[in-house]
Amino acid sequence: MNCELCRANLDSYVDEGLSPEELGAVHEHLRTCQNCAADALARLQMKRETRAAAAKRFTPSPEFRIRIEQAMRPQRKPFWKIGTLPVWMHGVGVAALALLLIAVSVILSTRHAANDQAIAEFLDMHVATMASANPVDVVSTDRHTVKPWFQGKLPFAFNLPEVQDSPYKLLGGKVIFFDYSPGAQLLYELRKHQLSVFIVQEHAGWHPFDLASTTGSEKGFSVESWTGSGLRYVVISDTNRADVHGLGELLRTAAPQ
Amino acid sequence: MADRSADTGSFEQLAMPHFAKLYNFACWLTRDRAAAEDLVQETYTKALKGFASFQQGSNFRAWIYRILRNTFLTTEAGLEATVSLDSDDTVAEPTTTETPESVLLARFEQKAIQKALENLPVNYREMILLCDAEEMSYQEIAQALGIPIGTVMSRLSRARKAMRALLMAGSEEAAR
Repeated sequence: MNCELCRANLDSYVDEGLSPEELGAVHEHLRTCQNCAADALARLQMKRETRAAAAKRFTPSPEFRIRIEQAMRPQRKPFWKIGTLPVWMHGVGVAALALLLIAVSVILSTRHAANDQAIAEFLDMHVATMASANPVDVVSTDRHTVKPWFQGKLPFAFNLPEVQDSPYKLLGGKVIFFDYSPGAQLLYELRKHQLSVFIVQEHAGWHPFDLASTTGSEKGFSVESWTGSGLRYVVISDTNRADVHGLGELLRTAAPQ
Repeated sequence: MADRSADTGSFEQLAMPHFAKLYNFACWLTRDRAAAEDLVQETYTKALKGFASFQQGSNFRAWIYRILRNTFLTTEAGLEATVSLDSDDTVAEPTTTETPESVLLARFEQKAIQKALENLPVNYREMILLCDAEEMSYQEIAQALGIPIGTVMSRLSRARKAMRALLMAGSEEAAR
C-alpha cells in the first residue's frame, strides 16, 4: 500500500469501517511511514476531541423531558372501561351519560367542521409537498416502479392507472400519516400544475374522518374525494376542478372493483 | 385495530433512550434551543404516529434520526439549509496549508471545535455529528440521511477537511 491509498482509507480507519484485509494493509503501511502514522494519529485525536466537544454540548431540561414523556403515554382509559367503580361514582356515571347524549348532538352538528378539518389536513400535506425540495421518496414516472415501492409499507394495496396516453404524468410517491395510519401520497403533473392523490384506509366501525364523496374548492384548491374498496381517495391541486376530476376518473377506472 | 396503548408503551421504551442525543443533535442543527425543543417534540409526535410502519428488528435509531432530520428540513432554518443539504457541489473545497504534523501538534480547545462545527455548512455539520459525536456506522448514517454509503464516505471526508481548515485558520488567527 502506498501513501495515497493509505490516506484515502484513513477516515474509514478511524471510524472502524475497514474490512480485516484493508485494516491489515493500513496497519502494515503505518508501521513503516511516519507521515501517514502522524496523519492517522491526528485524525484519531480530532475524532476524540470532536466527540468530547459535541456529544453532550446541549442537554434538555428536566421539564422538557417530562413534557415529552407525558405526550408519549397512552391516554387514561375512560371510566366505563375500568372494571370496578366506587358506589358514589355511579351517580357520576349517570351524569356522564347525560353529557354524552348532549355531546352526540353536538358531534352531529359539527360533522361539517370535521370534514373541513380532514380536508385542511390533506391540504397542509399537499402544500408541504409542494414546498419540499424532496417532494416524493420514490421518484419515477413508471407505475410499475411506484406501486411496488409501497409494498410492506402500507397495510393495503391499490392500483394505479396507466397515464401514458393521458395529459397526466406520474412523478412518484411517498408514505404519509393520516389519523395515526399510514397512507400513500402520489404526485402527478399536468402542464405546470402538480396534483396530490392521497389514499388512506377506512376502517369498519372507525371513522378517522367523516368525509362524504365530494368535489369542490377549498382555499383556491380543487378537491375531489371518494371511497372505494375500503379506501378513501382525495385528489388536491391548484389546477381547475375539471383537471382534478379527470385524474379522479382515471384512478376510479384503475381501482380494484 | 392493534392495541395502541401497547404500541405506545413499546414506542416509549425504544424512543426515550435517544431523547437527550436527539435534543443535542437538534440544537446543533437549529442552533436555537426553543427551535430544537419544537423539532424534538414534532419528531416524537410524528414517530409515534408512524410507529406502525416501523419494521421491528430494523434500526430504530436511524429511523427516528431520519424523522428528525426530515422534519428539520420543513422548518424555516431547514428550508434555508436545504439548498446545500443534499449537494456537495455548493461548498467550496477548503484551501489549507495543514500537514498531518501541524494538525497533530495543534491541540484544540473544546470551544474552538464547537465554533468550527457551528461554522460548518449544515450538510457537513450533521455528517461529523452523526459519525463522531453519535458514533454511528456509515450504514446507519446512510439510513438516517437517506443517501448511499459512498456519499456518506465522500461527504464525511470533505466535512473533516473543512473542519480541519476552520480549526487551523482559527488557531492561526489566535496566534497573531
